Amino acid sequence: MQRVAEMMLERAKALLADGTVNRVVGWEMGEFFYDLTPAVFTADGLDKFVYNGFSGANLSKYMIKECAKDGKALVFLKPCDTYSFNQLINEHRVDREKVYIIGVECRGMIDIRKIRDMGIKGVTAIREEGEELIIDTIYGEKKCARKDALLEKCLCCKGQEFVVYDELLTTGEAFTVGGNNRFAKVAELEAMTPGERFAFWRNELSKCIRCNACRNVCPACSCLQCVFDNPKSGIASKANADDFEENMFHIIRAFHVAGRCTDCGECSRVCPQGIPLHLLNRKFIKDVNEFYGEFQAGADNTTKYPLTNFTKEDVEPSIVTNRGGEN
Amino acid sequence: MQRIGVFVCWCGSNIAATVDVAAVAEAMKNEPGVVYTTDYQYMCSEGGQSRIKQAIKDYNLTGIVVCSCSPRMHEATFRKTAVAAGLNPYMVEIANIREHCSWIHKDKEEATEKAVILARTAVAKLMLNAPLTSGTSPVIKRALVIGGGIAGIQTALDIADAGYEVDIVEKRPTIGGRMAQLDKTFPTLDCAACILTPKMVDAASNEKITLYTYSEVESVKGFVGNFSAKIRKKARFVDATKCTGCAVCTEKCPSRKAKNEFNMGLNNRGAIYIPFAQAIPNVATIDPEYCIHAKTGKCGICQKNCSAGAIDFDQKDEIIEREYGAIVMATGFQPIKLDNFEEFGYAQYPDVVTSLEFERLMNAAGPTKGTLLRPSDLSHPKTLVFVQCVGSRCSADAKDGKPYCSKICCMYTAKHAMLVREKYPDTDVHVFYIDVRTPGKNFDEFQRRAVEQYGVDYIKGMVGKVTKKGDKLMVQGSDLLNNEQITIAADMVILATAIEPDPSAKQIASLLTASIDTNNWMTEAHAKLRPVESPTAGVFLSGVCQGPKDVPETVAQASAAASKVIGLLSKDHMVTNPCVAQSNELLCNGCTTCEKVCPYGAIEYKDKPIVGPGVPRGTIRRVAEVNPAICQGCGACTVACPSGAMDLKGFTNRQIMAEVDAICK
Repeated sequence: MQRVAEMMLERAKALLADGTVNRVVGWEMGEFFYDLTPAVFTADGLDKFVYNGFSGANLSKYMIKECAKDGKALVFLKPCDTYSFNQLINEHRVDREKVYIIGVECRGMIDIRKIRDMGIKGVTAIREEGEELIIDTIYGEKKCARKDALLEKCLCCKGQEFVVYDELLTTGEAFTVGGNNRFAKVAELEAMTPGERFAFWRNELSKCIRCNACRNVCPACSCLQCVFDNPKSGIASKANADDFEENMFHIIRAFHVAGRCTDCGECSRVCPQGIPLHLLNRKFIKDVNEFYGEFQAGADNTTKYPLTNFTKEDVEPSIVTNRGGEN
Repeated sequence: MQRIGVFVCWCGSNIAATVDVAAVAEAMKNEPGVVYTTDYQYMCSEGGQSRIKQAIKDYNLTGIVVCSCSPRMHEATFRKTAVAAGLNPYMVEIANIREHCSWIHKDKEEATEKAVILARTAVAKLMLNAPLTSGTSPVIKRALVIGGGIAGIQTALDIADAGYEVDIVEKRPTIGGRMAQLDKTFPTLDCAACILTPKMVDAASNEKITLYTYSEVESVKGFVGNFSAKIRKKARFVDATKCTGCAVCTEKCPSRKAKNEFNMGLNNRGAIYIPFAQAIPNVATIDPEYCIHAKTGKCGICQKNCSAGAIDFDQKDEIIEREYGAIVMATGFQPIKLDNFEEFGYAQYPDVVTSLEFERLMNAAGPTKGTLLRPSDLSHPKTLVFVQCVGSRCSADAKDGKPYCSKICCMYTAKHAMLVREKYPDTDVHVFYIDVRTPGKNFDEFQRRAVEQYGVDYIKGMVGKVTKKGDKLMVQGSDLLNNEQITIAADMVILATAIEPDPSAKQIASLLTASIDTNNWMTEAHAKLRPVESPTAGVFLSGVCQGPKDVPETVAQASAAASKVIGLLSKDHMVTNPCVAQSNELLCNGCTTCEKVCPYGAIEYKDKPIVGPGVPRGTIRRVAEVNPAICQGCGACTVACPSGAMDLKGFTNRQIMAEVDAICK
């Protein structure tokens, strides 16, 4: 990991120096060492550039704003991030010509919450040793298996393929990620009765504090003005009939990104309340796969995605009642 | 603030018997914005309309709700009434308390409650209505007819007769279509060529008609009154201006492997050919697939023998771009393939033929010069068995075959049977049928003549199997009326093959964004009331492309389509529907989702300067723009737009939400 980070810094400096790009989009240290934040660097600020196991943030969406600026920007994208970027090309939200993409090797990103849940507190530094993580804490050194500390999205890794890039930085060192069935939990929810499922979501969504982090981080949520912020939409600042109505935000958002969501998992990663929001999106992805054939949003940047494409073979609306089940 | 009048119609007893109309009018008095309510026996009558007009004036109404029948019935009527009283026509809302309420309910109390809700919903929507104004777009006074069969020819002749320019695009080297292949036409038995070829000549000589034969429509853009089409004129490798149609080349051509399509493949033709003697244009065409010169660069016998010097091996396809005000689909049909109907042995036995092949075998210009000879040994058949409904009226789960009735087979089978008995009285003719369907002027009389005067043996039942025994075809079938299984030793079996739309129709329909049904027939705008218009404005349907038809029906429909085209072309401008989508450029993020879902191709993306609160000066963004002349107001884009930037005028998201709220109140 350290070697890739060094290679990245070297390439960033070179590309800035030869004028290919005039700025670099990467990650910098936040308040805590595990709190890495997306940032835009110029040549003299590059010393703050960091790439490590906490560089989970998907930088694709930041390129919408960067593309509105003058000159070309360099961005580092992990394999799964490139799907989001490709989808943004499909939706004309980014200008491919204004972005220089370096695809960077990723061996799975770490979820600090999982480490805390293991009872490891006061973390000051983490380093990888093979398949193990060595964790320095104020209470001394701790260890855990790397795979036990990975982000949910990394456990269901899309693989090491980059779907869009200008150049790649990889070390060729062997490592393992993912392998989990991403639809396992969705299938579990589908097997529930509607009543149980409703209870599950009511419980999960009741934790929501409407901080909008999920929406703000989501690469598919790229509207200039969200319908929830538009006073004319009839949704914004409306009194709620009950507390669940507020939670409908997540369901409406899932509908808005349906068919376009690449399953990047950022929504769940940033949720301060730990709501498994990715499950809503995965339900849609699973349904799209089953009804219209396997489809991965962002796998290419020209395909007309299934939900905006009508064919006579499409499922009928009655599928909703047919599959709903008895309460 | 709106001042709304609510007018509740009794529709005689249609509504009043099930809905307490007075109670509906009374209940509406308490709705916000409503200043006047009344009920009347027939709101659409002169008396009813004058009451509406009077109330608009007396109470200074800004909008009216009419609680009556479906808007499809009288929305236009009441809009005119509103205009006459000085209101904008789009300040009229209809609450359908007949089809949606009184006709489908029995209990008066429940129906009245529902009528009140429907009326309240219309009031809630009207509260948010705004006056709308129709735009106009110019009409290009030229029509495109796709397909040069009898349907296309008739449509073109009628349009040209009204004084408008028409282009016919025909994919084959000649116009004439399927009718040119027919021998005689029912029920009068006049020869198809004798009545068709004069029309073909008329079309060719009419100065208003341009023929593009051996040509295909490659792309169509635009909208009603304003289409632009690209037509690919395929290379014939013969200069049509020089060729005299002497046909010497077609006789000298040494390549004899190509199946003669005009004779349904019953004989072969040269690689250079003229489909038939009366072809229009009477010009030879080289089929590059069989031409020895095209394949090897050697030969050129046609060129040596052409006294006109018309052969041009270097000819290239030509692209013609033209603008049209209206487009007519006249793409016709083809018989279905019978390869999978193994029980009839069509693929194995040459003496099992389709009815269209039989037409060619009976035709004086056909492969046997009109003498009925069976294909296998060129002997005179003595026993002929006709089988009806082959591939037609199949059950929905059948792998091959069509669920519909091909409509023309009962009549042409009777015609064939009669003609055979007339020409060859020594023959035995049997017809297996499921039903005989011969409605139409002089049709049933015609079929009965076949039975009663010509002694054709009609057997109710279906053929199960055709096998070969010596030089006979053993036809096994059931005779349902006598309740027995029978076997007929036949010399020839003629299958009344189902027809299907020409395969080009599907592709052209998608170019025109015109819809087709599950069997690929073109869909009409209204099955009963608009049968020659497609749901896409400016696209009309002529002939069999819309569904199975015989010649007289085809001609009638072709003329009907022409009259619709003439009606359109006679206008200088089209009035456009103002209830179209509109993109809010401040909200549009340019994602193109709306463009992808638009079935009419009405949305384009353009770089536009954006001016608005919070938008920096000089901002240029790529945003959606709706062409109001193409948009049909279907609303697909408004639901697909994730930003809520797309809205439908007259049916805005806010109006629909207000309706939903009113229903749920």
